[in-house]
Amino acid sequence: MGTLITDLPTDRPNADPELVAATGTCAARFDLATATVRALNAALHAEPEGSSAAYEVSHPRGAHSIAVGINRPVSVRIDGHVGYYCAGMNQQASVEIHGNAGVGVAENMMSGRVHVHGDASQAAGATAHGGLLVVDGNAAARCGISMKGVDIVVGGNVGHMSGFMAQAGRLVVCGDAGDALGDSVYETRIYVKGTVASLGADCIRKPMRAEHLAELAELLAAAGRDDDPADFTRYGSARTLYSFHVDNAASY
Amino acid sequence: MTKDFDPAAAGLRESATFDRSTIAAIQNAARTGIYDIRGGGAKRPLPHFDDLLFLGASMSRYPLEGYRERCDTDVVLGGRHARHPLHLSTPVTIAGMSFGALSGRAKEALGRGASEVGTSTTTGDGGMTDEERGHSKQLVYQYLPSRYGMNPDHLRAADAIEVVLGQGAKPGGGGMLLGQKITERVAGMRTLPAGIDQRSACRHPDWTGPDDLAIKIGELREITDWQTPIYVKIGASRPYYDVKLAVKAGADVVVVDGMQGGTAATQDVFIEHVGIPTLAAIPEAVRALQELGVHRQVQLIVSGGIRNGADLAKCMALGADAVAIGTAALIALGDNDPALDAKYREIGSAAGYYDDWQNGRDPAGITTQDEELQQNLDPVLAGRRLANFLRVMTMEAQIIARACGKAHLNHLEPEDLVALTIESAAMTRLPLVGTRWIPGQGTGI
Repeated sequence: MGTLITDLPTDRPNADPELVAATGTCAARFDLATATVRALNAALHAEPEGSSAAYEVSHPRGAHSIAVGINRPVSVRIDGHVGYYCAGMNQQASVEIHGNAGVGVAENMMSGRVHVHGDASQAAGATAHGGLLVVDGNAAARCGISMKGVDIVVGGNVGHMSGFMAQAGRLVVCGDAGDALGDSVYETRIYVKGTVASLGADCIRKPMRAEHLAELAELLAAAGRDDDPADFTRYGSARTLYSFHVDNAASY
Repeated sequence: MTKDFDPAAAGLRESATFDRSTIAAIQNAARTGIYDIRGGGAKRPLPHFDDLLFLGASMSRYPLEGYRERCDTDVVLGGRHARHPLHLSTPVTIAGMSFGALSGRAKEALGRGASEVGTSTTTGDGGMTDEERGHSKQLVYQYLPSRYGMNPDHLRAADAIEVVLGQGAKPGGGGMLLGQKITERVAGMRTLPAGIDQRSACRHPDWTGPDDLAIKIGELREITDWQTPIYVKIGASRPYYDVKLAVKAGADVVVVDGMQGGTAATQDVFIEHVGIPTLAAIPEAVRALQELGVHRQVQLIVSGGIRNGADLAKCMALGADAVAIGTAALIALGDNDPALDAKYREIGSAAGYYDDWQNGRDPAGITTQDEELQQNLDPVLAGRRLANFLRVMTMEAQIIARACGKAHLNHLEPEDLVALTIESAAMTRLPLVGTRWIPGQGTGI
């Protein structure tokens, strides 16, 4: 059960009558076995400014585009597995996925928090500009591809080409990283606790200074993890490919 | 060699294979170790709209009175799934061009000119600026592989969304913006360090292939509550298949950009050798739409080397619903203005030849981020010039349409056209002028 809100009027259009009767709150329930993703997203988009309503979504059955385009500080709890782009372009909302997530979970997130309690498929957090994405399990290939400021914490492993062309933000991997980690990375800082199969073009190992240990500790705490920052290694851009030079042609 | 020496008169013969530009390219590559990067589209001679002619009305067709009878020009784009399609007064739209590639003043001028005549402009790689949203009544927001500056607030503020798979100048290539143009503002919008060479991704980061595209379009529709039309733009290479797949994926509008379509910065070898001519792409795109039974239901916008009302009318007659212009719009703003010839010569070019849009030194103030050079472009005046040009293009197309007896530009049809060359006849499936012969379709006898 997500956080229940007690200070909202109980006659709002999305209010679940049973929930209102039982709790005196206006949290909304959507059973996607009968309701449509369209109805859910329309309700989320219709929330008034500043709304912190709590939504509970059941039987997602791997549907795509669940809880996309939210721009309110609502909370959404999803019980089950979701398809592509769950919580895509999220702004402000907190979305909890109690299951696995398909391709592009939290893609282009701007702010808020998305927490996948299971595993995430490829391109998790792709191009996201802000907010925090937590994956308790593993994330597949291209985790954090072209990330632009988001923070991503993965409890397990990440697949190949993770952090590809990552521009800003932090990518934390508590397990191992696959091949070509951080290929063509710009200014994203990557922290890996386990092994790295190989580094991509222009990605190098870098020293862990005090500020890195401090920011990593904050990220791990925000993700609800107790890993020791001292066990991680930092990776980032060597910045040798920022401007094309023919002598670097073999790197591409 | 004296100043007035004439090599041809002296019996010297230039090689057709190793002509002077080829020799210069080899010498330049040997000297610098780097390929040529430039702006614009393909420069080589290609089968184009000049290879088609209209058959005006005659005994068997009634023309419309040139200055008395109406010939409408409006077009509705994107009504297949979206609740709010665009309704444009003219079927000439402004193609996607980024802030970054263009100055803020140029984007403002494009918005002013397009809005004055009731048509749309389009963003580009790097996101939406206040200049263009503020001055464009109808603005198409490009959704690109790089996702630079991609913001859901902008997505919702757009009048249409254009999912970009490629562009005609470089099908299969990503965007490029060299360090000279990555100012603090441009870098900030793209979340990149200032001054670096920016090479955008060529594939979208979170989907691959037509089945994924359908899911991606579904997400964009959900985020915009099914209000906003969704275009899919492809660089012309395999338009028959790509258009079919775009329609299957759920596009409201398909944009097909031929190899004469311009770019802000791309390798010359890419521009000249990858992709197919606009003329060859249109019939294949139309055939795909017709076979799916959605021609005119899913609109087709064609771009790539469209220069005047005749080109517009020919696109419409071949089956397009609208066109998009980029290079022609920049020329209307003031690009390659002869009055700037001395300035162009200072940077090693000349009016009529200037294509170094990548280097940020444009004296016209259009393809630059330099604060001083931008002042050379008056956005109000340039916007007015663009509006003039758009009106002229539209009126020229109306002149042709009336001559063919059409009361609306979208009534133009292939039957109004013939081909001047065998190759254009083969590409367009129009008869060679003066014959009934369509190459590949029998003798016509």
